[in-house]
Amino acid sequence: MPQQLDSLLAQIPLFEGLNAETLTLLAGCASNVSFEAGAPIMRRGDPADAFYVMRHGSAVLETYIPARGAVTIETLEAGEVLGWSWLFAPYRWHLDARALTHVRATAFDGACLRGKCQNDPVLGYELMSRFAQVVIERLQWTRLRLIDVYGNDERH
Amino acid sequence: MSVTEPLTPGVMVPQPFRVLTRTQDTYDTFTLTFEAVHGEAPVIAPGQFMMVYVFGIGEVPISVSGVSEHGEVVLTVRAVGAVSAAICASREGSVLGMRGPLGNSWPIQSACGGDVVVVAGGIGLAPLRMLIRHVIASRQDFSAFSVLYGARTPGDLLYLDELEDWRKASDVAVTVDRADSDWHGQVGVVPKLVSSAHFVGDSTRAFVCGPEVMMDFTVQALLARGVASERIYLSMERHMDCGVGLCGHCQLGPTLICRDGAVYTYAEIGRWMGVREL
Repeated sequence: MPQQLDSLLAQIPLFEGLNAETLTLLAGCASNVSFEAGAPIMRRGDPADAFYVMRHGSAVLETYIPARGAVTIETLEAGEVLGWSWLFAPYRWHLDARALTHVRATAFDGACLRGKCQNDPVLGYELMSRFAQVVIERLQWTRLRLIDVYGNDERH
Repeated sequence: MSVTEPLTPGVMVPQPFRVLTRTQDTYDTFTLTFEAVHGEAPVIAPGQFMMVYVFGIGEVPISVSGVSEHGEVVLTVRAVGAVSAAICASREGSVLGMRGPLGNSWPIQSACGGDVVVVAGGIGLAPLRMLIRHVIASRQDFSAFSVLYGARTPGDLLYLDELEDWRKASDVAVTVDRADSDWHGQVGVVPKLVSSAHFVGDSTRAFVCGPEVMMDFTVQALLARGVASERIYLSMERHMDCGVGLCGHCQLGPTLICRDGAVYTYAEIGRWMGVREL
């Protein structure tokens, strides 16, 4: 199974360019999972003990607002990373996530990965750098939405 | 002073056009079909615009969103100011003035044989609609074809019926910035769709229209996918008054958008985008 995961991880954009040895290390913390459409993937306040790389299907990040219900924050598709609360204390999810369609993903055990990162600072730096890129990209998209770019324009 | 040459009809002098149909697309956006009251229907290329004059109120540039088989001009207008609101409120049978078509057009032929990706934000889908229809009508001349479209909310999405038709001949991805739980489509910004769209960067031409900030982010995503800046086409926008390169109000760097644009490659216009006071 770890060998199969190695080749699977090599195709994931988050791990692009990592050598075989590193992929093997990561595969030791990974497993394949699937969620039926509508199934919860994570729930706010629960322990953030993993993160997921989507391989198939789509999922929504959402939050519950009293008297308004669940509000979708973002849709995530194949190739995207779901969850980064496993990185930082208190290791609790800040949002809910739900499978919008049937989802196949690779799950990574957070405690396992944190342990490997502490033992191998090079791996730790590499992984943190890559997650930082994911976070920065999400932050940029969020800023773009905050601008509300579809405001008034006279021409059209 | 004596007038030695008559003003060019259609470009300098508004011609009367009658409203044939008026359809409400969203709470603030309407699509109207016009016929020329006198003379022949104008020949319009995808990406061109008309200066639309509401008598007694004013004139604004509106991109052409379609031309019917009988040559009727189709405009999709969002009511955001006095003039555009008056256009949207125009009843069937009423007459408005129009000058045009003005500006250059999307260089569709340059994309033949390669992949095409269209990225539209908000009302920016309107100036791209003719291009999309052209590509679909000549689908065999192009390879992969993607239409990526984003709007503020599901209620702001344009041409919903057509979007479904376009799916038969292209990969259509739609996203909105905000949505309630009854929306089952994507939520997120439209530039994000570029990363998962089906095209090969070095054989792709991209056609982009929307708010400038959205276009800026989209360009960065396209460049990251390997689309050359010379192959990324943007429809630019600045305040236009005359529409024919005389008043200078739509100047952007060394170019006048009404005269030289509104379509530019990113290689041509990128350095001027985001420059303050331009």
